[in-house]
Amino acid sequence: MRILYFAWLRAKIGMSEEEVALPAGVATTGDLITWLASRGPNYADALANRAVVKVAVNQDYVGLDHPLAAGDEVALFPPVTGG
Amino acid sequence: MAIRVQAEDFDVGAELAALTAGNTAIGGVASFVGLVRDIAPGSQTGGDAVGAMTLEHYPGMTERQLAAIEAEARARWPLDAVLIIHRHGRLLPGDRIVLAACASAHRAAAFEACWFLMDWLKTKAPFWKQEETAEGSRWVAAKDEDDAAAARWSTRTP
Repeated sequence: MRILYFAWLRAKIGMSEEEVALPAGVATTGDLITWLASRGPNYADALANRAVVKVAVNQDYVGLDHPLAAGDEVALFPPVTGG
Repeated sequence: MAIRVQAEDFDVGAELAALTAGNTAIGGVASFVGLVRDIAPGSQTGGDAVGAMTLEHYPGMTERQLAAIEAEARARWPLDAVLIIHRHGRLLPGDRIVLAACASAHRAAAFEACWFLMDWLKTKAPFWKQEETAEGSRWVAAKDEDDAAAARWSTRTP
């Protein structure tokens, strides 16, 4: 699975994207964030406040109960500030 | 469908002229141009001076979300033409960031749809602003009032 990070989430985690093999037990976007937050202090810091983490799967906004498939493109980012 | 995400500046007059060219059923065009401000809320009295702003975006999803916003506007109002241009990269105070324009037979649809485009764009299009100030670079925080402005239009969601 390809995971993309943007804005301060990218800066805090220290990379803009990575390929991960979906571990057993990770079925939803909420599971994925919980698992990512356990991978190191940079992830834990970036994902500490779930209320300000937006999630897109295959470039559409989804909630934390969205089911994941192996080939998905998942993006995590802060609330948007364009315009 | 007229969505453009680009680093380059745009010519507002030329864009609006092209938008209506060849369609004499159009009675009016409403447009909004967003600019980089030189002052942002901050620690200094009256705000912090902004030297530059860098806009990051999510290529692919940005175009997809803007196209969805345009489609929603076309479903709600009788529009003859719609244009959204949004820049990315490093911009300076006074630079143009975004152009939203709607053409219709009558002004109400054009004005309302243009306002709608900007309200939804600000809360749905994946762009992030980073300001450069004397105290360093910082990410612009999303504003509650932008969410409230977008929610005004939320009788339906795409």
